[in-house]
Parts: sequence; C-alpha cells; structure tokens
Amino acid sequence: MQILKSVVGRKVFMAITGQCMVLFAVVHLVGNSSIFVGPDGINAYAKHLHDLGPLVWVFRAGLFALVSTHIFFGVQLTLENSAANPAGYAVKRQLKATFASSTMIWTGITLIAFIVFHLLHFTARTLPGVVKGVDALGRYDVFTMVVTAFKNGGISCVYLVAMAALFLHLSHGIQSFFQTMGWNTDKTQCSISMIGKAVAFILLAGYAVIPISILASALIK
Amino acid sequence: MILDGKCPTGPIETTWDKHRFDLKLVNPANKRKYKIIMVGTGLAGGAAAASLGELGYNVEAFCYQDSPRRAHSIAAQGGINAAKNYPNDGDSIYRLFYDTIKGGDFRAREADVWRLAQVSNNIIDQCVAQGVPFARDYAGYLDNRSFGGAQVSRTFFARGQTGQQLLLGAYSALSRQIKAGTVKMFNRTEMLDLIVIDGVAKGITVRDMVTGEIRAHMGDAVCLATGGYVNVFYLSTNAMGCSVTANWKAHKKGAYFANPCYTQIHPTCIPQTGDHQSKLTLMSESLRNDGRCWVPKKKEDCGKHPSEVAEDDRDYYLERKYPSFGNLAPRDIASRAAKEQCDDGRGVGPGGRGVYLDFAGSINRLGEHTIKERYGNLFEMYEKITDENGYKRPMRMYPAPHYAMGGLWVDYNLMSNVPGLFVLGEANFSVHGANRLGASALMQGLADGYFVIPYTIGGYLAGIKPGDYSLDHAEVKKSIEDVKATNNKMFALKGKKTVSEIYRALGKVMWENVGMARSDESLKNALKEIPKLREEFWTNVNISGEGGEMNQQLENAGRVADFLEFAELLSKDALTREESCGGHFRVEHQMPDGEAMRNDADFCHVAAWEFKGVGNEPELHKEPLKFDNVHLAVRSYK
Amino acid sequence: MSDHTTNTMNLTLHVWRQKGPNATGKLETYEAKHISPDMSFLEMVDEVNETLIKKGADPIAFDHDCREGICGMCSQVVNGVPHGGQDRTTVCQLHMRSFKDGDNIFIEPWRARAFPVIKDLVVDRSALDTIIQAGGYTSCHTGGIPDGNALLIPKPEADYAMDAAECIGCGACVAGCPNGSAMLFTSAKVAQLAALPQGRAEAAVRVNAMTEALKDCGFGNCTNHYECQASCPKGVDVKFIAKLNREYLKALAN
Repeated sequence: MQILKSVVGRKVFMAITGQCMVLFAVVHLVGNSSIFVGPDGINAYAKHLHDLGPLVWVFRAGLFALVSTHIFFGVQLTLENSAANPAGYAVKRQLKATFASSTMIWTGITLIAFIVFHLLHFTARTLPGVVKGVDALGRYDVFTMVVTAFKNGGISCVYLVAMAALFLHLSHGIQSFFQTMGWNTDKTQCSISMIGKAVAFILLAGYAVIPISILASALIK
Repeated sequence: MILDGKCPTGPIETTWDKHRFDLKLVNPANKRKYKIIMVGTGLAGGAAAASLGELGYNVEAFCYQDSPRRAHSIAAQGGINAAKNYPNDGDSIYRLFYDTIKGGDFRAREADVWRLAQVSNNIIDQCVAQGVPFARDYAGYLDNRSFGGAQVSRTFFARGQTGQQLLLGAYSALSRQIKAGTVKMFNRTEMLDLIVIDGVAKGITVRDMVTGEIRAHMGDAVCLATGGYVNVFYLSTNAMGCSVTANWKAHKKGAYFANPCYTQIHPTCIPQTGDHQSKLTLMSESLRNDGRCWVPKKKEDCGKHPSEVAEDDRDYYLERKYPSFGNLAPRDIASRAAKEQCDDGRGVGPGGRGVYLDFAGSINRLGEHTIKERYGNLFEMYEKITDENGYKRPMRMYPAPHYAMGGLWVDYNLMSNVPGLFVLGEANFSVHGANRLGASALMQGLADGYFVIPYTIGGYLAGIKPGDYSLDHAEVKKSIEDVKATNNKMFALKGKKTVSEIYRALGKVMWENVGMARSDESLKNALKEIPKLREEFWTNVNISGEGGEMNQQLENAGRVADFLEFAELLSKDALTREESCGGHFRVEHQMPDGEAMRNDADFCHVAAWEFKGVGNEPELHKEPLKFDNVHLAVRSYK
Repeated sequence: MSDHTTNTMNLTLHVWRQKGPNATGKLETYEAKHISPDMSFLEMVDEVNETLIKKGADPIAFDHDCREGICGMCSQVVNGVPHGGQDRTTVCQLHMRSFKDGDNIFIEPWRARAFPVIKDLVVDRSALDTIIQAGGYTSCHTGGIPDGNALLIPKPEADYAMDAAECIGCGACVAGCPNGSAMLFTSAKVAQLAALPQGRAEAAVRVNAMTEALKDCGFGNCTNHYECQASCPKGVDVKFIAKLNREYLKALAN
C-alpha cells in the first residue's frame, strides 16, 4: 500500500485518527460533566454506557485502533524527522514554530502514559485507594469514586498535568488536521488556527474544572 | 579573409523555411549514436539540451552552478518579445525584424534576425505549454506591454521575473530529459578547454569544482551557451560567476571572436557605495517614464541633501540636451549623459558616482499611490539596498555594463568557424548587432535553444560519422596536461596580491577607458595598462589551498586570467572600429548633438578576430553585411 | 534614512569551517573590522576572505552568484535563521546596517541530512533537482504547441500559479524546518502546475512521484510548523502545502 509509506498518506492517517480522538474527547467531556448534576447524573450516565453491552467493547476496540494507529505513525514520522535533521545548529532561532508544535511527541507520550493511568484508575479500578462501591440504586458509584480520588491533591495534579499536555497537543493538532486534509488557504489559516486553540482551551478548561472544583471544595471544607 | 555567414538567399520571408528543408536529417534510429556536449544550461543551453535530448540525441550538459536552474538568465526582469500582435496594434514578424535590425544600428545579419522574429511566436506557445505563468487579463488572455521605447505592445511578462520563469520552464523540460536518461547533467563543472582534433571540435576539458578532478568529455559536437562577458568591467549587473572563460578557451583553439566591442551599458542601476562592492543591481528602465534625471548645477551643492538644492540650481540635463526625448532618451545616450555629469564633478552620492532620478513631480501629479502601483517592487528593492525611501528623496542612479552583443562568430547554422563547435544565446554575436533592444535577450536565447539548434545541428551531424573520437587521443591528453599546468603555475606564484585586487584594477582600467565613451587615447591607454596587469597577475598573485578540492580562489583566478587576455581584444576591436554605433561610442565620431555617427562605408561589417597568441596582434577577418530588406539609414530617435 | 556616514563597525564572526564532506567541522572565530553599513552581508564575508588570503589561510567557501536575490545560490544560516531573517530577503541582499558595532554573528551552512556539506558553508542541494526531475514539469514536446491563447487562464489562477512559481529553490525552507523537510519547495511546484490547465493532465502522477522522491532523498516529513514560510526569502505560502495535500487526496480518489 503506497499510502502507508507516503509522506502525505501517513499524515492523513495521523490527522483523521487524531481528529476522531478529539471528537471522543468532546463527547467524553460532555458525559463527564454530568458529575456536576450529582451522583444521579454521572452514575446514571455510567449505567447507560454499561448497558450497551457488547457495543462497549466494539467502541473500545475502535478507540484502541485509533490510538494505536496514531501512535504508530506518530513515532515513525518523528523518528524519520529527527533522522532527516541530525546535526542541528549551534545557534537556532525559531520564527514560527511554537512550543506546542515542537513538543508534539512529548505531549503525545505524556498523554498515552496518562491514558494508561486513567484506564487503570477509573475503568479497571485496579489502582490502590480506588473506591469501588455501588450506590443506592445498585449502580457503580462513579461519583464517590471520582470525588474521593480528586480530593487527593497528587491525583488531581496528575490529571491537571495531563490536561495541560492535551491542550498543547491539540492547539497544534487541530489546525494541523485542516492543513493536512488540504482544507487550508491563506485566508482561513489564521482563523482555523484560532479555532483550534479555542477548542483545545475549552477541553482544557472543561476537564480541569472537575478536579479543581472537587479539590477546592475539599480544601474549603 | 572574407567570412561567409552561409545565409540562405531568396525572399527573406522564405529563408528559414527553405533552409530547414535543405538541411540534411539524421535518421531517428541513429540519433542516439551521436553525443552532443552542451556547455551552459541557461535559457539557450537548457532549452537546447532538453530539445536535443528529446529528439533522441545523447546529450551531456555542464554548468558551473549547483543546479541548471540558477543560470543568470534568471535575473532578466522586463519580459520577452514576440510578434504575436495580440493587441492588434500593428505588430508583425516584419516589424519585429525591422525594429531589431534598426535597434542594432545595422550591424546584424538580416537572415538571422528574420529567423528570430519568425520563431518568436513559437516561443510563447512553448513556454505557455510548460506552465510558465505569464501575466493574463481577467478574461484569461495573455497580457502584453510596451517595453524599451517600442511603439507596439509585444512584450510578454511574468511579474518582474520573466527571465526566472522562462528559465524554470527550460529547466523543467531539461529535468524531464535528465529523468528520461537522454541528458546527463554535470553540475558544478567548469569548462576549461576546448578539444579540437584535426580542426574539428570533439570535446572539452573540465574541472569538477567539488573534487578538483580535471577530465575530458568527448562528443560529436560541442555547443557553447555560456553567456556574456561584461564582467570584464569587474562591476556589472551580471552574476559573479559569469565569465568569458569558455568562449575565450574556444577562441584560443581557433574560434573567431566577433565584435567584442559591442557592450551594452544600462542607464539605471543602483550606484556603487564603495570599493568593497562586488556587483551592481539593475533597476528597470521603465522608471524613466515617470522620473526626471538631474544633478546640481553647482559642484558645491553635490554634498547637500537634495531637498536643499533649489529648483533653479538643478540641471535636468537630459531635458536640456535632448528636449524632444527628454528623460526617455535611448539607453546609450542616457548612460553617456549621466557619466558626463559625474565626470564634470557634479555627480551625487558616494564618490560622486550618481545622478538623481526624481519622482517628486510625478508624485505631485499622479499621487504616491499611482507611483507605488507602477513601481512598488522597484522602490522596495531600492530601499533594501540603499536604505533610502525613493518616494521621499530622489533615487540615485548610475549606468552599469549589462549585456554583451559581441561573442563568438557563428554562421547561419550557429556553427563557428571551427567545425563541430556551435555557439548559442548571448555567447554568440549573431542577432543584436551593435545594440540589443529591451526584452530581446530572452527571445534570442530560447529561439536558439528550442527552434534553431535542433535543426541546424542535425545538418552537421548527418554529414559525420558518429562516435569518431577517443579519450586516448594525444590532443585530449595534451589538453588535460595544459589545464593542469596552468593551475599549477598559478598556485606556484605565491605572490602578494589577491585575485580580487587585480580584477578590481582591471575593472577600473576597462570602465574608465573602454566603458561608455571611448577615444583613441583612452583605448591606447587601456592597451598599455592591460598587459601590465596581466604581467602582475602572472608574477604576483597569491592563491592559497590546493587544486584537488573545492577552491573558489582558483576558479576566480582562472576567470580573471582569461579576462586579462580578453580585455585586450575588446579594446583592440574598439580601437579598430573607427565609428560609433549602438553600444560602441567613439567620442571622435559623433554628430554635433552627441548622437552616434556610423561609418557605413568602412565599417558595415562583422569584425571577427583570430587568436594569434597572448600579447600578439590578432588577425582581423571581415564579414560584410548586406541590407536588402531594411534601408540602411541613420538611426534617429528625434 | 542614512546619509552615508563613514561610521564603520567591528564584528566577531563565528563561522562553520569544514575542510571536506567527510571532515569534521567546527565553528571558528574571525574578526571583521571596519565594516561599512552599506555593505551587503556577502561583501562583508568577501572582506574577511581577503584578509584570510593575505595571511595565507584558506578563505571561507560559500555559494553565491547573482547577488540580487533571484538565483537562489546563496545559502547561509545567520544567527540561527536561514538568510538572516530579514523579511523577504536573501542573504546576498541582507545589508550590514541591520547589525551593530560589536555584534557576534554566527554563520552556519544549511543543515539537513539531504544537504550534505561539501565545504565550509557550501552544501549539496542536488536533492532538490531530483525532486523536480521526478515530475516537476509538463510533458510537452518542443514544437507543435497550440497558440498561447488557446488556453484561457483567468487572472486569479495565473496569479496563484505565479505566487507559487516565485520559489527560487534556495533550500531555506529545508534549512529552517526542524524536520529537514522540503515540503514547501515540493508543494510550490505541485501547486503551480496543478493550478494551470496545462498541468492538470499529469497532476495525480506528479504529486505522487514528487512526494515519493522527497522521501527517497532523505528529507523529513512536514509537521506544520510553518517555519519554512517564515524562512522563505520569497514569502512562498504554506497554503501551497495544503494544496499539495489536496492534490494527493484527489489522486488517491482517482
């Protein structure tokens, strides 16, 4: 398959898989926000998801495929890129490249490490200190699990750092998607870049507000 | 000896078609057996290599740059002429032919110029097909403009970078042939000798500029498309690497050098700022449409800010001397007038080498916006180089050598007097006579490359046996040894002067004595000074490093050594031509109003010089010029 | 606005010196004295070279030719930016007035795996030729071409193609790219020809062949830093990279 070797083809895979994950992140944030409704909100949401049965596994498999593809090409392209520019300059001044664009591989690695942590933490619930109860209606008590976890400053910190990485990754990644798909022109470039950063910021703010509010209320009490 | 250009006879309209039919053809199956050496890959060489490769010949092409895309054809700004008559303003092949003959001051061959005008239309079509983004109007038709004082709009252009776009077109065609394997490209390779076996050109000796290797390349024919020689003046608008070397080496091996004294000086270039300067930058002549040239009347005003010089104290010298043409006087007249003012001590800017080109009047009349629309990029370029704002303060301009009309002598088939040696583009002398019209250089390069040489070289090759050469020939070994010996000799000198110092001194001698206004005295002075500099070079130059590696000093030294020999021939030709015509102006031969005065009775000929040894008197051969179609008349721009 | 003052400046240069392709190089320090602000950057290097030659030392090798910003031969990274970082300016058109007396100036060659150093500041850029040879042309023959006005190309399209065709092939985009990618260079040619009817016929073949060549030459991949556009002395826009990507996807669909 020529496309799997092409300098553009592989980027298209990166772009599409990345963008699917952005969509997932948006949906996931909307779902998570039900925590602000209280135990009934998020516990009901969690039950709905579990009631999907085998579909959950189909969905998880899909996500796994997206993430793996994204990682595989991301690592491959990055290795190729550093091989293509091996010497480096004694003095180098960047004109347009940003901290975010230069650190995609590191924010990416941070995110994958976080995803593993997050899955072990809230999905498999195998990490020490996770509260694995059920609520009065016999549903998984996600609310208590999350609130208890985030009252721990260290855990909240891990989540916040990961969300900062997500912000950096997406502030470059979203506008990059439009460029790679060839939908950019000189007129749209600036606004697409702004929109990309705005979406990244909304995700950052949306996700960060959960641990921050829990931690803050715990601290106030 | 009287030379014969072998021009076809009969009605001029039919000459090229008839000649093409008369030329012998090479059987398609046999073409690949012939190897053609192409030196230089600018407009002429690149177009020729691509076209010959496509025909099936086996081509080896050489350039000194790191890529064929960088030849100095790239720097042409204005445009390319063609007799398309798209604007319906009365242009025709005949008119382009007529204008070129007249513009060249009746010193070019009629048949060659006719052919150029005839194929000019094919060039535009060819370039469009290659994807050259010529300017278009909103309906999608090709746009034209009037250029260089022409009365019809026949100039096609691609922004201010027409030369670049045409060269990239030729380069793309060449790239396609390199990929197809018909052309083998040698970048960073400089020709240092022509190999002539039994009187026939059969190869070249080159130096690989990366490894320093000296080696020979043999072929059935050798084509030189190696550009012009005005870098003999040191400061010119040519690229740093442009040299006379390839032509001079061919000349030393027997090829006649024709009309070397025909050099064109461009009136509007950005003046020199000091001795450190390495090159002059040309500004499009179109600026003179809206700018007025002046210098202070009084010498003591020259150091003042121009705004402090009162209107009455300004000398609008072109308007004063040429009331009817004013600031639009032809290139040679405008250039000479500027130099006269500066020689009179009334020049402005560093070293007093400059005249003002003032846009204040036009800005008042038309508004800065209109001027910006017309010349915005030129004002930007001016500011980048001089740090002065041309809208607020008059620009400073000075003439600079720009183009060489002279070159190796060729017949109608573009073959020199050495059989098998063809010369294309600026490197030959053929179509511009004593003066080249604006937007005609690109036209000639591409005409020779795409539409002339592919036919005429076939006529030669059809008559010879392919592959009739050998790298083991004694002449080949001798050529390689000679090149090596010259290089070693230069390294061994270990003198005190750098190559640039001697080159700069040569430039001064040439510019002062053989530049715009030449006199018997100045030319004799040059002929006295040049051998001294040559002597100094060959006793006191210092080149460090070694030959077996990249050595840019050695490259320069070789080129300067050739200029030091060639400069003498140029001066000699100028001294011999006792008339003024086009780019050659002898102060002894002028009309009372300063116009050039031709001497058709004695000098209506091509002067082709034969090399007789360094420092020895060259032998002059004449090719008489006949004008059957354009009436030989005084060129008048009144 | 200068009044051509005679104020000169003294500078300290740190120049990459490398004897040959396989030699190890290092930065050497040179003093550039009495430099006029009206000099171009390359004329300043010329002056330094003259003093080196007089001392019997090897002058700094560097590529240059037209010295008017169009041939694309000059190639120096000045203080960490290809061509010195002045907007739309090649290093041959950079003037010393943009430096101050006492400045330290770092001069390095283009750096990328696809551009091996030949000597000092001279690198081998033939990989760019290889990319063009892969498909940067229309396969038209010499002669037998219909009239130039047989194809109507509206001004906006012609202008778009011309914007792309401004590329001088200097390689600054590669030198500036953190990934050593020649995507801007490649895209400029792909976009120019894809925008014109003459070039459409081969558009699909061209984009595949040229991007393939780019990879084979050892250039990196584009990760949309846009450092190339900022480094480009002709201001070639990254919108042409988007156009290349579009052409690639179109070719895929066919």
